[in-house]
Amino acid sequence: MIFRLAMKNILGAGLRTWLNIFILSLSYFVIIALQGLYVGWQDDASREMKNWDFAGGQYWQETYDPYDPFTLEESHATIPEDLQKLIANGEAISILFSPATIYTDGRMRNIVLKGIEPSQNLIELPTNFLTDSDGEINCIIGSGFADNLNIKEGDYIVLRWRDKNGTYDACDLKVAHIFSTTVITVESNQVWISLSILQEMLGLPNEGTIITVKDEKYKKEFFSWQHKDLDFLLLDLTKMIKAKTIGSSIMYMLMLFLAMLAIFDTQVLSIFRRRKEMGTMMALGMTRLKIIQLFTLEGVLHAVLAILMGAVYGIPLLSHFEKVGMKIGMDAKEWGLSGLDDALYPVYGWKLVFGTIVLVLIIVTIVSFLPTRKIAKLKPTDALRGKMTK
Amino acid sequence: MRNLIITILMFIPLIIFAEYPSGEMLLKKIDENMYSENIISVSTMIIHSRRATKTMKLKSWKNGDNSSFSEYLSPPKNAGTKMLKLDNNLWIYNPQADRTIRISGHMLRQSVMGSDLSYEDMMEEDEISKIYQAEVIGEEVINEADCWILMLTAKVADVNYQTRKIWVDKTKYLALREERFGKSGKLLKTTTIDEVFLVGKRWYPKKIMFKDVLKKGKGTELIIESIEFDANIPASIFSKASLRK
Repeated sequence: MIFRLAMKNILGAGLRTWLNIFILSLSYFVIIALQGLYVGWQDDASREMKNWDFAGGQYWQETYDPYDPFTLEESHATIPEDLQKLIANGEAISILFSPATIYTDGRMRNIVLKGIEPSQNLIELPTNFLTDSDGEINCIIGSGFADNLNIKEGDYIVLRWRDKNGTYDACDLKVAHIFSTTVITVESNQVWISLSILQEMLGLPNEGTIITVKDEKYKKEFFSWQHKDLDFLLLDLTKMIKAKTIGSSIMYMLMLFLAMLAIFDTQVLSIFRRRKEMGTMMALGMTRLKIIQLFTLEGVLHAVLAILMGAVYGIPLLSHFEKVGMKIGMDAKEWGLSGLDDALYPVYGWKLVFGTIVLVLIIVTIVSFLPTRKIAKLKPTDALRGKMTK
Repeated sequence: MRNLIITILMFIPLIIFAEYPSGEMLLKKIDENMYSENIISVSTMIIHSRRATKTMKLKSWKNGDNSSFSEYLSPPKNAGTKMLKLDNNLWIYNPQADRTIRISGHMLRQSVMGSDLSYEDMMEEDEISKIYQAEVIGEEVINEADCWILMLTAKVADVNYQTRKIWVDKTKYLALREERFGKSGKLLKTTTIDEVFLVGKRWYPKKIMFKDVLKKGKGTELIIESIEFDANIPASIFSKASLRK
């Protein structure tokens, strides 16, 4: 009976009710849309980073620190025998890093030179282009870096490097292929060449800086090599997206606050205006608790109807964004963030949708209940006379 | 007659090479001119980049092979910038930011203020005769001066340039021209001395042109305004504390 009465009451309030419902539905929509964007970005970035860089995890030579360029020169060691077997079976790849300098059109640029096996297929880097077919040294570079250097496929760049003793040498590299990726960690300021050529250039046969393995469960320990699992390797991305999610939550917290303010005001107003009604209900034998339930339910019904209204316009809109993505509107690579393509493809999981609905319902219930506490002190005689008991 | 011709032909190379002095001796002569335990100098560096020419004046103090200190005197933008080299480490003090930055490893290969000289080139002050063995391979006239052409090959493994080719003035014992090569023989840098001057008993370059041949631009000119050999330099100058003074 309470449900029917509550429904009748809120529908009877007309435009006021529908405005509240619309604002609430907008809150649902914005929360789900924004959260979906971040979930989609994280999913895309994690997948791409695994495909292009991390595979199932990595072993780092113990002195290697990606955030300290001073360590780069010394970060190399002989590949352990067990890992060599994995490499031979195609279940791991070795990558050797070396600081170097390139000259394009007479301009000098410091880069990280990376050596990788051309026949590998563990990560998506198009390393098959590194196969030396015409006696030249081929290299591949990312499209963002190539645009930055203003070079195209078939161009030559001069490479200068130092071997393990610190002796300079230089040679011409042919840009065999320019690849496109959203993973900044494999393209920013990097030039890729064949591993055997780089090992020969540096005088470091059979040495590597990192070993990327296929199997996530392979975690054997080796002297002077540190295993880094995917949780560690993706930690920066996870932290960054978490920080951005928190930042964006301010916006939907504001929307939610406005919606709650509207519900609260509606409740306060209706309790004030419906004093005689409450007195009559009490006189007819309705307990205070039942009246509190009625008013609280009226507030909660706003949230329930908002779910339905939000579904009417939200589902088509969110499905559309899920399919076509949301255009970022500028070259995402300039932002220096991995996983960002020209468009972001949001992902709306059940966890996200139900989580949002439950969160809003709980908040609306609390906000609807708070003004009704006055009813607990209300005397039926005061109520019937249109007074509030103090 | 035939035997006589053969004998003469056999002796011709001996006659030619007999005129060539020992490469080692020439390197030592160069070191005698160029090397000193303690040096104080004031120089002007003119950087001819692709778009503009920048002129900087600096004062340098050098002690042995491993310590040196430089302070930029002009232009106002760079004045007060100081560089301290101790062994293989370099610290640069920026007065605008009031910060000292340490440079080491591959960062030393970066160009100094956009010039054709890397920090490493600036820091290289070893005696050339200790690092290279030399062979005299010919002679040529450079800037109206008769020169020996020497091919230098590194005696030690940890050297920046495996081979160098230098043109040494036969009378003043200065390398008037120099070409520095990579391990594979690719030319990387050139140095040309356009003017020399006498400091006491030493001949010393007055005007040197450095050129990174892989880079576009006209090169970097270094003009030595004044130089003092075997100067008395307090040890305290080669400390990090002196960067902020």
